[in-house]
Amino acid sequence: MSAPTPPLIEAVGLTKHFPVRTGIFNRSASVVRAVDGIDIAIPPGETLGLVGESGCGKTTTGRMLVKLIDPTAGRILFEGKRIEGLDAATMRPVRRHMQIIFQDPYGSLNPRMSVQDTIAEPLEILKIGDARSRREQVRELLEVVGLAPYHAERFPHEFSGGQRQRIGIARALAVRPKLVVCDEPVSALDVSIQAQVINLLKDLQKDFGLTYLFISHDLGVVRHISDRVMVMYLGKVVEVARKRDLYADPQHPYTQALLSAIPLPDPKRRSRRKVIPGDIPSPANPPSGCRFHTRCPHVMHVCREVEPHLMQGAPHHWAACHLVHPPSTPRPAPASV
Amino acid sequence: MRRLLRHKLFVTGSILVGLVTFGAIFADLLTIADPTRMSVRTRFEPPSLEYIFGTDNFGRSQWARVLYGARLSLMIGLGVVVLNAIFGTLVGALAGYFKSLDNILMRVADAFMAFPVILLAIGITAALGPSSVNAVIALAAVYTPRTARVVRASVLVAREMEYVQAARACGAGDWRIIRRHVMPNCMAPLIVQLTFIFAYAVLSEAVLSFLGLGAQPPTPTWGNIIAEGRQYIREAPWITVIPGLVLAATVLGLNLLGDGLRDVLDPRLKVQQ
Repeated sequence: MSAPTPPLIEAVGLTKHFPVRTGIFNRSASVVRAVDGIDIAIPPGETLGLVGESGCGKTTTGRMLVKLIDPTAGRILFEGKRIEGLDAATMRPVRRHMQIIFQDPYGSLNPRMSVQDTIAEPLEILKIGDARSRREQVRELLEVVGLAPYHAERFPHEFSGGQRQRIGIARALAVRPKLVVCDEPVSALDVSIQAQVINLLKDLQKDFGLTYLFISHDLGVVRHISDRVMVMYLGKVVEVARKRDLYADPQHPYTQALLSAIPLPDPKRRSRRKVIPGDIPSPANPPSGCRFHTRCPHVMHVCREVEPHLMQGAPHHWAACHLVHPPSTPRPAPASV
Repeated sequence: MRRLLRHKLFVTGSILVGLVTFGAIFADLLTIADPTRMSVRTRFEPPSLEYIFGTDNFGRSQWARVLYGARLSLMIGLGVVVLNAIFGTLVGALAGYFKSLDNILMRVADAFMAFPVILLAIGITAALGPSSVNAVIALAAVYTPRTARVVRASVLVAREMEYVQAARACGAGDWRIIRRHVMPNCMAPLIVQLTFIFAYAVLSEAVLSFLGLGAQPPTPTWGNIIAEGRQYIREAPWITVIPGLVLAATVLGLNLLGDGLRDVLDPRLKVQQ
């Protein structure tokens, strides 16, 4: 908490359990622990990369931060104010400052709405400007994201995936937000287009002073855009560090395996890949102790019983692993990450 | 639109429905005969140049009766479609969008759908009293759950789309999301469904009239023309056969129309033509 700049957004003990409903009476039989008590803090202007396998809870985390999903437990603070309990009406002014960019460039644009209407909608909902000033703003935004003003009259099906993603970015920027959650914004795009969109996001960050939570399963992309990287596994954070530290010296065996799985252009180095055996366990019934113990190459007895906590080793480098921080080590005072 | 015109079945359907609609709208221009005027001298005239469709047991012009009958049959069909569109959309949208209402509304719909269509329609008209307005109400009530199910299914899909999430991220309310994002993307299956409902309604209305539960004689509808003619089917088959054929052609036309619309509007069912 004694960080020099207070975080723009902070979440403490963020948890989301989805009930699994069965039978005709909607009894809640069990819960899927999509996100299980994670802490996040992003200072203004930073890009935090959030990586993990499909189903590890990274998308749920992102959507909770912008309040598209209500957390089961935990606190969310935006500019120091708690927002997790706000209702739709009191949340609306806050929404102006946080936006989200989606993965699927096809599903994220309403096929029945013109680009003009799509980009102007946030302005309309938040009652910013009149119809004419909105038209002008849309035209400006289109230029900002590298499209042409005349594109405003067109419909989504007339655009390519990369162009659609630019429209989605323009929509998110329309209200001049401070925080943008990028939920796998380039995963659905061709590699060459990915680079363009990533560079666009980086430029926009500079021009608009944006703070990003960048969710991706692509460690290469995350490395390119992030300042810090957070690795999630099965609803838990296993490692957080500054980008350089994480890529140079990954502490958690899961992070090590993920990094070794990044495709390398050099065939001689490929053999060093560490393959994680097995599949990701079900978040409805997560393993006891360390959640990674079923697949960890270094599993110890203690891993099956005691859950490791996120602890700081090197400065600003946090990991949740008994190998890195043996259980006997006294726990440092808990601090937010 | 060009795809529609290339769809042969759709074109056939449109022509059939178009002809019947044309006949219904311009009934008073296409015949000078009064469909209710009886004449003893002209009973059981077979089709001829003077009486295109022949005459019935009261000597009334069948041509005039079928045309004016088309007017009423199509009006009733249209009435059912309009009521269906309103209530089916309302119930379907509420059930699909609000999870808390889904179970209740859909169980009620299931209860309605558990009865055979005609039986339920007969029951409702019998309770309300036989008339064409009550036939519309009964048929609308019978078919609304079907439309509601179709709407609900597409609302369930549209609701989960990311553009809905995007709108929600800006603080859009439920009403706005339903109106701007969900409903416009559910129109295609709804239009197709309503076309089929039109066909069923015209057919069911004929059944109700045939049973004497629809429009009352002497007002002609296809159902009661067929009902009145059935006693003379051996001596004067044209009285029943011609309105029967017109009815069949109309229902066929509407079904083809619906099929064509579905093929064109639903990209997942793209069929080679």
